[in-house]
Amino acid sequence: MSSPFDFTLALGDDALIAAQRLGEWTSRAPEMEEDIALANIALDQLGAARLLLTYAGELEGAGRDEDALAYLRGDREFHNCLLVELPNGDFGVTMAKLFFLAAYQLPLYTALSGCADERLAAIGAKARKESAYHLDHASLWVKRLGDGTDESHRRMQDAVDQVWPYTQELFTADPAAPVDPATLRADFDAVVSAVLDEATLTRPADGWAPGGGRSGVHTEHLSYLLAEMQVLHRAHPGAKW
Amino acid sequence: MSTDHSPLWEVFVRARRGLSHTHVGSLHAPDAELALRNARDLYTRRQEGVSIWVVPASAITASSPDEKDAFFDPAADKVYRHPTFYEVPDGVAHL
Amino acid sequence: MYGNDFAPPEDGPGGGLLGEVEAAEAALREAAARARRGGPAPDEDFAAYFADVIDADQKIEPRDWMPEAYRKTLIRQIAQHAHSEIIGMQPEGNWISRAPSLKRKAILLAKVQDEAGHGLYLYAAAETLGVSRDELVELLIDGRQKYSSIFNYPTLTWADVGAIGWLVDGAAIVNQVPLCRCSYGPYARAMIRVCKEESFHQRQGYEILHTLAHGTPEQKAMAQDAVDRWWYPSLAMFGPPDGDSTHSAQSMAWKIKRFSNDELRQRFVDMCVQQAEILGLTIPDPDLRWNEQRQAHDYTQPDYDELMQVIKGNGPCNRERMEHRRRAHSDGAWVREAAAAYAAKQRNKEKVAA
Repeated sequence: MSSPFDFTLALGDDALIAAQRLGEWTSRAPEMEEDIALANIALDQLGAARLLLTYAGELEGAGRDEDALAYLRGDREFHNCLLVELPNGDFGVTMAKLFFLAAYQLPLYTALSGCADERLAAIGAKARKESAYHLDHASLWVKRLGDGTDESHRRMQDAVDQVWPYTQELFTADPAAPVDPATLRADFDAVVSAVLDEATLTRPADGWAPGGGRSGVHTEHLSYLLAEMQVLHRAHPGAKW
Repeated sequence: MSTDHSPLWEVFVRARRGLSHTHVGSLHAPDAELALRNARDLYTRRQEGVSIWVVPASAITASSPDEKDAFFDPAADKVYRHPTFYEVPDGVAHL
Repeated sequence: MYGNDFAPPEDGPGGGLLGEVEAAEAALREAAARARRGGPAPDEDFAAYFADVIDADQKIEPRDWMPEAYRKTLIRQIAQHAHSEIIGMQPEGNWISRAPSLKRKAILLAKVQDEAGHGLYLYAAAETLGVSRDELVELLIDGRQKYSSIFNYPTLTWADVGAIGWLVDGAAIVNQVPLCRCSYGPYARAMIRVCKEESFHQRQGYEILHTLAHGTPEQKAMAQDAVDRWWYPSLAMFGPPDGDSTHSAQSMAWKIKRFSNDELRQRFVDMCVQQAEILGLTIPDPDLRWNEQRQAHDYTQPDYDELMQVIKGNGPCNRERMEHRRRAHSDGAWVREAAAAYAAKQRNKEKVAA
């Protein structure tokens, strides 16, 4: 899984599926200001996805552009982590997903910005700033929900417990990749522990560690997500939009 | 959320170094940290290098001798009736 | 600006109206620069002073005395406008997940996001009149205040996203551009800002339709079908004919409104005819033709009985739109409460520390 194409594609898929899920929040956020913030984050993820998928297509050299990769692959050909495809749940679950994703993407993109591949380095340099913002936003909400009311504390702890197992897949070692995910674990742990502590939340113990996303074995959710995302594009083969 | 729980904040933006902060509008947020994030999203579309101030509207005392207020007395200096959108800061696209 | 990565279509709409927005902004600054003697003299009648400011084409500001009916009219109008932006996110938001290319997805997300922003600008303008946003949101959720009826129609195909941009946003801009000269300062300023952003919306809708109309036969049929369904509801956006419009005369006298419903509708029709030709799509009105004498197009009026039915709550999507809004509001209650509780805790900590 460590060829530059596989690596780039997997990161692009992470960003694309995260954007698709965040986009589902549009017009449904707890407050109008938050609707705008979630759309911003979705737009950042989508922007990164487009850059990464475009580059993946070039690395592959088979003439696939961002849309061919986004719309014309089945779920077994997607390499995103399971974390991003999980349903949104309530706002607490969405913030838990975003928090863990951003705590992973920030050191990842930061490392990428210094890698030898110039294109990936440029994408990393752009995306790391956005990830820092996502991490900031999610942390802010994890703290407020964790240390808000009794109900919000209960919901936020549930959300963290529910999502936590899916974080482990993110750090599977891949020494040949442009950035070995295993090297990101320490940064992730430090950020997560600090924020959860401040939020009066308990960090779950490591145990069940679902995986398979990177090799195209997904949860049942992804196929539905793709069915919706791809329906129109696939109904009109070759059409321009 | 009642207005007490999510008070009004006035937002001031400095678009570029060398310019002064200018009132651009207002928004609701439960605390200063969220107000600042929301202001960045709403009024600058997260353009980098933009300096933002948020001020609780309740902390502003206003005097507007040119505007003659009879109806709202005695709460005349309440800033929830402060005019929004005074000036568009120079150089910020789509503000 | 996110997603704005396409060139405006040649001969596309927007340019002239944007010029008018800029002219309104210049007029606002010019009127502000015109020196006035300060406030009214101690013995001067407030009503006379108010009339004087309006006559001089200057802006009424939040702390000015104003007739109660002026204030009420503005609150109602600005709030309905704000509600429309917020409810208006739904029909287009319906296609974000299925947008047919990643570029279109990004543009649509950015557009729907803009609408949330416009809603917030407008609620803020309404708040300057002494009403809180929470009160206004309650009025919407309880069904005591309305939003634009156009959003009670469904978006059945992707082409509807284009038709909303071209026709609905187009009609909205024709309606809103004169509001940039509204006598109430905060509303005029909010509208200037909204109109500048809306011109991007209309362009993106027009470009979607243009692409479809020049695409496969299925795509072209999709585009024509959307125009067929959205044309008359868009005409109805200007409200009932002048003879039946209850608020118009007073609003015109107060310079809240600058043109009558029928004048604006005519302007919109005249604008659309040439744009439709460039698209290669047909406006679904066999009686649409140029009237040399009037120097304007004759056209078929929308079905105002249908408009009244939709306003009463009997449009295809009224119930869904309201349910969606109510659910978002109630599902988010625990989050808003948590944020308020957290803020209160932080304030207490600061007090203890001090």
